[in-house]
Amino acid sequence: MSEHNIKLPEGSIEKTTTTLNLGPTHPATHGVMQNILELDGERIVSTEQTIGYIHRAFEKLAERRPLAQITTLTDRLNYVSSPLNNMGWHLTCEKLLGIKTPKRVDYLRVIVMELARISDHLICNSIAGVDAGAYTGFLYVMQYRELIYEIYEEVCGARITTNIGRIGGFERNFNDIAFQKLEKFLKEYPRVLKEFENLFQRNRIFMDRTKNTGAISAERALNYGFTGPNLRAAGIDYDVRVHTPYSSYEDFDFNIPVGTTGDNYDRFLVRNQEMWQSLRILEQAYQKVQEFKGSEAEVYHADVPEYYLPPKADVYTKMEALIYHFKIIMGETEIPAGEVYNSIEAANGELGFYFISDGGRTPYRLHFRRPCFVYYQAYEELIKGGMLSDAIMTMSCLNLIAGELDA
Amino acid sequence: MPLTNETIKARVTEKFGEQLTGFEEPYGMLTFEAPKEMNLKVLNFLYDDEELKFRFLTDITGVHYPDKPGRELVVVYHLHNMVDNVRIRLKVFTNINQPDIYTVTGLFSAANWMERETYDFLGVNFVGHPNLKRILNVEEMDYHPLRKEFPLEDQTRIDKDDEMFGRG
Repeated sequence: MSEHNIKLPEGSIEKTTTTLNLGPTHPATHGVMQNILELDGERIVSTEQTIGYIHRAFEKLAERRPLAQITTLTDRLNYVSSPLNNMGWHLTCEKLLGIKTPKRVDYLRVIVMELARISDHLICNSIAGVDAGAYTGFLYVMQYRELIYEIYEEVCGARITTNIGRIGGFERNFNDIAFQKLEKFLKEYPRVLKEFENLFQRNRIFMDRTKNTGAISAERALNYGFTGPNLRAAGIDYDVRVHTPYSSYEDFDFNIPVGTTGDNYDRFLVRNQEMWQSLRILEQAYQKVQEFKGSEAEVYHADVPEYYLPPKADVYTKMEALIYHFKIIMGETEIPAGEVYNSIEAANGELGFYFISDGGRTPYRLHFRRPCFVYYQAYEELIKGGMLSDAIMTMSCLNLIAGELDA
Repeated sequence: MPLTNETIKARVTEKFGEQLTGFEEPYGMLTFEAPKEMNLKVLNFLYDDEELKFRFLTDITGVHYPDKPGRELVVVYHLHNMVDNVRIRLKVFTNINQPDIYTVTGLFSAANWMERETYDFLGVNFVGHPNLKRILNVEEMDYHPLRKEFPLEDQTRIDKDDEMFGRG
C-alpha cells in the first residue's frame, strides 16, 4: 500500500551515487560557498560549485565613485588582509596618475603589507589545523594576529576593513606606539611561529591528512591561472614582488619559497616559509625606516595636492587648500584618461586592477583580477577521486576567501 | 635577446599582417586588437610560438562602449609570458546585437570562469564554452548589469541634484 504513495524521481532506484549538498552555510567551508557533490561511498565523483552568495557588485559600484571612495570597496575583497588590497589600489591609482612616492612611504607600505601577509597566512595555516582537528595552534597564534590588528589600529584607526593609506602615502605618520608594537611583534613573533611550526610541520596526523591530497602539477596550475602560494607550492617561483617590483621591494633581500608536489602539505609549508620571509622583510623595512632622521622622518605622503587631502588647519586658512579639500571630498577631481593594469602580490596571489578612465571623475570601468576566483575553478580537478574529508582540507589549504571570490 | 614590445609587434604583424590593428602601449603594456573571428587563432599563435610563449592567462574581462556603433562590446585578454616577464593585452571588439566570440577554454582552463563572468556581466556569448551560464548573479536575472544602460543610482531620486556638481 505505502509503496504506491512514494513518488521517487525517475532513475533514482538505479542510482549508485549519493548527492551531497556541502554549503552554502556549512562550518567547514569558512564562507558562503556551495558544492553539490556526487559521492560514491566517501569518494568524490564530481562536484558543481556555486559561488556568488556575497556578490556585492563592486565593479559596478566603482563606476560611480571617486578614487578615494573605492578604497573601502577593496577592503572587502580579501578581508583577511585588507591592507594589501588597499595598497594595491593606491599603487594602481598612482601608476595611472604618474605619482612617485617617497622612499619612506614605500618602506612604511612594505611594513603594512608584510604584516597583512603574515596575518593572512597565519589564519590560513591555523585554520587548516582546525579543519584537521587541531584547535590549539589556532587559538595560540590568534594573539599575534591581534597584535597585528593593533598596529593597523595605530596607523589608521581601523582593524579589519582598514581603508589604510591614501593616494600618495598615508593619512598620517606612524606614531611611536605603532613602532613600539612593531618592535614587540618582531621580538616575540619568531618564537611563536617556531612553536606553531613545531606543532604542525612534522605532526604525523597533520601530515597524513595533507600529504598527497589536493595535488596539482605545475603545468595544470599554470593553465588554471594559479598564482601566489598555491602556484609556488607546485614548484613555480612566480612572485609579483620579484617579477615586477613595486613599492621599492627591489631594496629588500628575501627568498621565494617553493614546493614540489603542489599538494596541501606543500601549500602549508610554502605559507609557513613565506611568514619567515615576511619577517625578514619587516626587519629590514623597520631598519630602513629608522634611518630617516629629522625632517625626512616626517615624510609620509607624496606631494599631490589634487588627490591628497590637505591638513585641516590649512583648509580653514588657505584658499587653495580649501578648493582641493572640496574637490576631493565631493569627488570633483578629473582623472586623466588612460588604461592601466597593475598587480601586486596579495596573500593569495596576483591581485590585479584593470582600470580604464575616460577622463571623467570616476573610473569608466574597473575590474579586479581576484586570485581566489581564478584558482577556485580548479577545485573539482583537485578533489575528484579523493575522499570527502580531504576535500575540506583542500578547501582550507587553498585559502578561499568568499569576499574575494565574489567581489 | 630580450622580448620587447617591438619584437612582439613585429612577430605578430609578420604572421597576421594587416588584420591586427590598434597597436598602443599604454603605461608600457603592448595592446592591440584582433578581429573577432580571429581571437582564437591569435591566442593560439601567441601561446605556441617559441619566441612569444604567452602561456599564462592573467585575466579576461569586458567593457561596454555604447557610443561606438558596431563595436559596443570588447573582450580584453591579459596575457603573461612568465619566462621573459612580459605582459600584453589583446582586445576583441564585437557588436552588441550578435556578441559571439570563440571561447578560449580549450587553450586555458582558467578562461572557464572568467568567460562566465564576462557573459554574466556583459552578455558576451562565448561560442563553444562548456558551461556558459551565470556565475555571480542569480540565474533568473534577465539582463547584464555592467552594461552602461543600467545606471547605478535610482534616477528618480529628487533629493540629489547632480547638476549642482556638473554631472547632470
